[in-house]
Amino acid sequence: MKKSGAQILVDCLREQGVDTIFGYPGGAVLPIYDALYDADIRHILTRHEQGAAHAADGYARASGRPGVCLATSGPGATNLVTGIANAYMDSVPLVAFTGQVVTSQLGKDSFQEADITGITLPITKHNYLVKDVRDLARVIREAFHIATTGRPGPVLVDIPKDVSSAVIEYEDPGPVNLPGYRPVLEPSAEQLNRAAEAIARAERPVIYAGGGVVYSGAHRELRRFAELILAPVATTLMGLGGFPGDHPLALGMLGMHGSKYANYAVCECDLLIAVGVRFDDRVTGKLESFASQARIMHIDIDPAEIGKNVRVDIPLVGDVKRVLSALIERLKAKLPGAWQEKIQTWKKEYPITYEENGRLKPQQVIREIYRVTKGQARITTEVGQHQMWAAHYYTYTRPRTFISSGGLGTMGFGLPAAIGVQVACPGETVFDIAGDGSIQMNIQELATAVNYDLPVKVAILDNGYLGMVRQWQELFYNRRYSYSELVNPDFVKLAEAYGAEGIRVEKPADVRPALEQALATSKPVLIDFIIEREENVLPFVPPGESLDRMLG
Amino acid sequence: MRHTLAVLVENNPGVLARVAGLFSRRGYNIDSLAVGRTDNPAISRMTIVVEGDDRVLEQVTKQLHKLIDVIKISDITADEYVDRELVLIKVNAEPEKRGEIMQIADIFRARIVDLGRRTMILECTGNEGKIKAFEESLKPYGIKELVRTGKIAMLRGSRYTNINSNGSKEDD
Repeated sequence: MKKSGAQILVDCLREQGVDTIFGYPGGAVLPIYDALYDADIRHILTRHEQGAAHAADGYARASGRPGVCLATSGPGATNLVTGIANAYMDSVPLVAFTGQVVTSQLGKDSFQEADITGITLPITKHNYLVKDVRDLARVIREAFHIATTGRPGPVLVDIPKDVSSAVIEYEDPGPVNLPGYRPVLEPSAEQLNRAAEAIARAERPVIYAGGGVVYSGAHRELRRFAELILAPVATTLMGLGGFPGDHPLALGMLGMHGSKYANYAVCECDLLIAVGVRFDDRVTGKLESFASQARIMHIDIDPAEIGKNVRVDIPLVGDVKRVLSALIERLKAKLPGAWQEKIQTWKKEYPITYEENGRLKPQQVIREIYRVTKGQARITTEVGQHQMWAAHYYTYTRPRTFISSGGLGTMGFGLPAAIGVQVACPGETVFDIAGDGSIQMNIQELATAVNYDLPVKVAILDNGYLGMVRQWQELFYNRRYSYSELVNPDFVKLAEAYGAEGIRVEKPADVRPALEQALATSKPVLIDFIIEREENVLPFVPPGESLDRMLG
Repeated sequence: MRHTLAVLVENNPGVLARVAGLFSRRGYNIDSLAVGRTDNPAISRMTIVVEGDDRVLEQVTKQLHKLIDVIKISDITADEYVDRELVLIKVNAEPEKRGEIMQIADIFRARIVDLGRRTMILECTGNEGKIKAFEESLKPYGIKELVRTGKIAMLRGSRYTNINSNGSKEDD
């Protein structure tokens, strides 16, 4: 059967089960868009390619299926870069397709040419430039295989215009064969036995759980494991929802903005069981004093994470779900003792709280969102103070409900991600918790939400500052607020101009009615919460300090 | 400590850039890197000499493994192996000095591959120490130009490193 490159792409996407792609057309992808015109694939036109990448990322994080984005060559492709880097840092299965100039023009600095495979080399799990249409189907199958297996990550496929328009007699390339790619899923029995023995002996175990738990679908196993050995569970930002936040063993988040009890527990534990995490500097603080009394057990699918940042006593390479299941089989239930008691005492003594003073506090806004949505919403965030408040004051009980830019810390992630989440979860409530700075980095995507009737709700915690920058300037730069104060547009009018609904809230009493109003409509809604301007995120471990040296 | 890695890679475009980029962005020090096709044209073999302690080497090996095009890595440092570099040296060779230079070449079992009016090109193969000694002996005559390959290495005896064998130390 004769097929064009573009038709091969569309057919391969269908074969991979792709129902939605996020993209933006342009010269080098015209043949692909022509094939999409009557394809059985939903295409969401974002208003910026970065929005397409983040939306595909949000879609993937919410659904567990690979996210797909598409952009043209040159600026289209480079606009994807932040989104790809973001997906890479947070191990999100993303397949990005870019158009490219025709093969005869490659390397000639042609119009809208950018070496996107070169540019994305360090921020993709793998990438391809397809120079022959006969390779296209094989490459696409490999791309999806690589993106979704092992430690997930973004894969980019760059397709020159003459390749997507070329017509060939199509031959099926057969199954994927990559001799250099064999993810290790099964842990070694010997290490499992060592691990089980260490757990049985431990008197003060703590579990430190991250995104790997969510991606592996291991939340049930983690819960059973924690309950079996009565180990409290501290989660990373990426791990929120991987363990129920309202569980008696939950310690909330650890690290720079972790709870005091999580950080104290890590400092005093004798066995740290790290599950699907990478010992990020925002988690560990000063490395020398991180879990310094503990043996460290590290469960991860990526062998390169073992021993990268900290010395590991018991490595367990494998899929988190399989490792935890295998450990559960080898373990006996533990009885509560002094350690569990101490944890509960800390939890009572150092709760995460804020001071109410009659003015509108960001923490109150998040608590109200939690109450109004009964804890059932999918929350996305941008990056900054609001992100940490969203982590502290909304309780996440299910995986894939907290969707945030962790590793790269990308302002502008939340709104396009919320669009992707809403596409993946049509009947659910999706809130983007935003700052007044971050929201402006991709606010054009309000048009996308309106265009496709996606009822995402945006809650701006508006303090007229780049709040986290201001907080650091207050604490470490003698309150010299250098270029961190913002002159903002009228967000309500802006929302209305885009065809969304806009609400402004200035008093604590108006928070709940505004949220109820927002949930009552099927339109996208933006709520501008004018909050206390100089509220700080607490607790706070100053950078480079040990975790027990917390402010607040 | 310096380690010698034998790395088998798929002979895809950009594979060298992937390996080189990995070393530079993670801050690993490459002493030398040589690459060429194997008997199987789809597979190339890199010999990489890298400086670092055991922890660094463990990370280098694991990070290299993450590259999809990398098929197999063997650290052959601790094994018996043959290693060779090739150097071409263009040296000043006025007619009255040629005899001396040819004697030096003889000692090192080097070959004269070009003879100009005032210069000679000598070709020498050997391990790093020999190449260094050869270079030192020619220095007094005035080296005009020098080019050398990176080190290539192969295990001694019946043990070998290829994709199907476990004759060599297994990659993890």
